[in-house]
Amino acid sequence: MDVLQLQRKLREHQAAMLREGFLDDQFSQLQKLQDESSPDFVIEVVKMFFDDSEKLLNNMTRALGQVPVDFKQVDAHVHQYKGSSASVGAARVKNVCATFRNFCETQNLEGCVRCLQQLQQEYSLLKNNLQYLFRLQEEIQAAGGSIPTIE
Amino acid sequence: MGMAAAAATESQQFHVLAVDDSLIDRKLIERLLRTSSYQVTTVDSGTKALEFLGLRENDDGTPNTPSISPNNHQEVEVNMVITDYCMPGMTGYDLLKKIKESSSLRNIPVVIMSSENVPSRISRCLEEGAEEFFLKPVRLSDLNRLKPHIMKRSKLKDQDQKQVIPEKIDTLLEVQKQHQPQEEAQPQVQPNLEQQQQQQSLQQNNNNNNSSNKRKSMEQSLLPETTDRTRPRYSGIATVV
Repeated sequence: MDVLQLQRKLREHQAAMLREGFLDDQFSQLQKLQDESSPDFVIEVVKMFFDDSEKLLNNMTRALGQVPVDFKQVDAHVHQYKGSSASVGAARVKNVCATFRNFCETQNLEGCVRCLQQLQQEYSLLKNNLQYLFRLQEEIQAAGGSIPTIE
Repeated sequence: MGMAAAAATESQQFHVLAVDDSLIDRKLIERLLRTSSYQVTTVDSGTKALEFLGLRENDDGTPNTPSISPNNHQEVEVNMVITDYCMPGMTGYDLLKKIKESSSLRNIPVVIMSSENVPSRISRCLEEGAEEFFLKPVRLSDLNRLKPHIMKRSKLKDQDQKQVIPEKIDTLLEVQKQHQPQEEAQPQVQPNLEQQQQQQSLQQNNNNNNSSNKRKSMEQSLLPETTDRTRPRYSGIATVV
């Protein structure tokens, strides 16, 4: 596949991720912050987000497995996750976190567990999509092309 | 760092201390500030921020306290502190208070960031002396609102500026507007009282939304303010983007 085709694929994939709500405008803001002085900024932030996600999802799982459940503790983890997902533009994850927080407030265990499952799913989807995005970027760069930015 | 006067117009001379317990947000704010040519130091707690600023625990506000303490970092000049609100232990609000209560630090402009849009939280911070309140995630365009505070600081250093109400209202309204689509660009307000009044009447003429009437009534109910506060106030201007 040549550079032009790869670039088209990348643009389409980015557009799809935005359209389907996986990413929001904050992700474009991150891309705007990337330049020659900080060429891997987006990937670095996303990697941090992946680490953060795994840590927080584990924390939530543990917290929900306790008897009795400390909903304040669960909420603290969700609040953190909501913050970091908002910061990277992970819109769907952020939205599930918002719902999750409501269930924490009303101490609805079933609702919380459902949200946790949803979060794991959304995170998994997002991770796959982003990794595909970065792979395309790598291929383009390897072929000597430049990365098209999201408008 | 004795170039402050000459380099007053160059923002790269300005050193911002960013405080946030989130690693991702620290990375983000650092990148935002560096992109805007500020020098940046990041710390992950209010306690560390105070340490970095050289504030000793028993700083009771006595003027010209000689720096005998080995932990005093006063030689590292900080021109602005930008801090997250929600942090474990010392919140951004607690940090703001400590800075404003300190004779050596209270002149440093403080900006608060928060992921939650809580009007009472915002006004509480502004009342306590915060220059601006940013909603997270912070964007490059938000940093434009910092420029007036940094520029003014180097010009007005020890001058007392009493009237601050208009820009606090600007900030409050700006924060509310952030989450509502705003079609018209508001004219930039100049750091000069006369021009400020001109701008306000201009805005009231041009402005056909509710905020100008709201602003007027808020001004009338809040003015005048007799400050028995000893800390100097700056007529900082919020640049409406």
